[in-house]
Amino acid sequence: MTGRPNRGALLPRRLTAFTGTRFGGLIWYVFRRILWMIPIVFFVIVITFALAHSARGGPWDRTGGRPLSPVAIKLLNEKYGLDKPVPQQFLLYVWNVAHFDFGNSYQYQSKSVTTLIGEGWPYTATIGILAFLLIVPFGIGLGVLAALRQNSRVDYMTMGFATFAASFPNFVVGGLLIVVFSVILAKATGGNFFLPAGGWGIDDHLIMPVVVLALLPTAYTARLTRASTLDTIRQDYIRTAWAKGLSERLVVIRHILKNSLIPVVTTLGPTFAFLVTGSVIVETVFSIPGIGRAFVAAVNSRDYPMILGTTVLFSLIIAVANLVVDVMYVFIDPRVTLK
Amino acid sequence: MAVATVDQAARDWEVPEEQIGLWQDAWVRFRRNRLALLGLALIVLLLLVTLLAPILVHFKILIDPIDQQVEHIEANPGVAGHLMGTDELGRDIFSRLLIGSQVSLSVGLLVQLIIFPIGLAIGLASGYFGGRIDNLLMRFTDIWYAFPDLLFVLVVVSVIHLNGAWYVQLIPIFGAIALVNWVGLARLVRGQVLSIKEKEYVEAARSSGSPPLKLILKHLLPNSLGPIIVTLTFGIPQAIFLEAVLSFLGVGIQPPQPTWGRMVSSGYETIYATPTAVVFPALAIGFTLLAFTFIGDGLRDALDPRMRR
Repeated sequence: MTGRPNRGALLPRRLTAFTGTRFGGLIWYVFRRILWMIPIVFFVIVITFALAHSARGGPWDRTGGRPLSPVAIKLLNEKYGLDKPVPQQFLLYVWNVAHFDFGNSYQYQSKSVTTLIGEGWPYTATIGILAFLLIVPFGIGLGVLAALRQNSRVDYMTMGFATFAASFPNFVVGGLLIVVFSVILAKATGGNFFLPAGGWGIDDHLIMPVVVLALLPTAYTARLTRASTLDTIRQDYIRTAWAKGLSERLVVIRHILKNSLIPVVTTLGPTFAFLVTGSVIVETVFSIPGIGRAFVAAVNSRDYPMILGTTVLFSLIIAVANLVVDVMYVFIDPRVTLK
Repeated sequence: MAVATVDQAARDWEVPEEQIGLWQDAWVRFRRNRLALLGLALIVLLLLVTLLAPILVHFKILIDPIDQQVEHIEANPGVAGHLMGTDELGRDIFSRLLIGSQVSLSVGLLVQLIIFPIGLAIGLASGYFGGRIDNLLMRFTDIWYAFPDLLFVLVVVSVIHLNGAWYVQLIPIFGAIALVNWVGLARLVRGQVLSIKEKEYVEAARSSGSPPLKLILKHLLPNSLGPIIVTLTFGIPQAIFLEAVLSFLGVGIQPPQPTWGRMVSSGYETIYATPTAVVFPALAIGFTLLAFTFIGDGLRDALDPRMRR
């Protein structure tokens, strides 16, 4: 991982004694990674802020409806601090973000961005967690199975599935599933049995969104697990294990899987990124009132505080997920030490 | 018997009359991959369709994709001469599908043309000279990877939009997609250069006094071209996907120009009356992406020297 040789020079000697130990090194690593998140989030804010403020249309433009009076626009600008010079607005925004205050939404003027995110969060988290619970067993299971039976029918089917899932976008698969399981199935059974095409409920409403959301990460995990397992199978110590006359079960579980699943942990980072971007699409397709759909609505109505707030949140989620993955690696793989 | 053995030995030692070059060899290997050939055939067909469709529309052989037939709104396939039916405004889905390929294909291919020089130049500089440029690139990509592509493209495109014909509206979309994709290419080129730089033949060239530019152009570039081509090929479906999502979410190319993404989203409105309005554009997107992925897989297997027997 990103080891720097000048670590000792940065710290007083008493601290290096601490960071030199395995556990202390880990703490020090996590600390530096959290510090490194600050410039990342800052950079995300700079980019999104700059983009949002370079937009030609203002947030108070009303397409279609009656335009707002100049007085109203002036008052609104004052309310949201848009009358101040842009650098000042930026500093104020960064200051507020540091206090977890993302300002008020432009679309729903009585609500703060934090409130809106809080409202959408349970939906997004529910489908995200459920999808995650599908991804891990199916992705890893299919990948291991395909590798253990390389060039068999199971292998070809798994790889075929992985290629299809990686090529067909979420909203395309979502559309096709709705056609099959909502439209055709409803017609075929006379409306007795079908899956709901949208809306929310902790029941069959969840099936299609979760499956669609899980598809791409599952394919990705399966592909990586297969490659990693194939790589492990060819190692010398596996040949030794077979030669010792161990049972297949023992070789597979204790020798192959224990080693081949280590790199699979790294897929968890991209998986979170997939889930975040996937939620944007899946929530739009299935009309789920989560953060992803709120983000699309904000983008369409130039609700800058909401765009900024959700983007910062999304990038934080991914940064934290990556950090957790790297730390997990230390516990799983004794060969890795973080510096 | 003895004669045969000698013959065998002679044949084994025979030097092939013609030396097979890298590209010829790659083509032979590519041709052996049936899926890759299928993908290639599909894409060639799609290219022909994209080029011919406007001409067919001009000569009224194909129905005008923005022509609204109010008497045949939401028609099912086959009704009133509409091969794939009509959409919620009575426009012919088949011709919209054919014309819609313009946007998808131009995004997929042109974005790679933009990325190629940028990613190549920065990757080469970063890998060859190292030092500060390299550090900057690596730090930059660290930050860049923390940010999902789709969200960035969404924000950029929602902010910057040009009015005009569809190819004018495409410019910010090109820009946004290229902006998120060049980083991957630059990183790949950097890695290639770093590993090739240490090879003996580069060392030999350097010690015999080749200037850096010649080293880069004659040794580093040709030898890293394979992976670059593969990466660019895989970039095509990714760019098409991003544009389709933008259109689907309503921030891409504005109507009346048909795009596959928008056709899927407007198809949702009539999904119970004419589910085919979703199915056809959805399959068009899916199979186009699949075809490019097959080509990419084929190229990777054909150009990757590690796969060589």
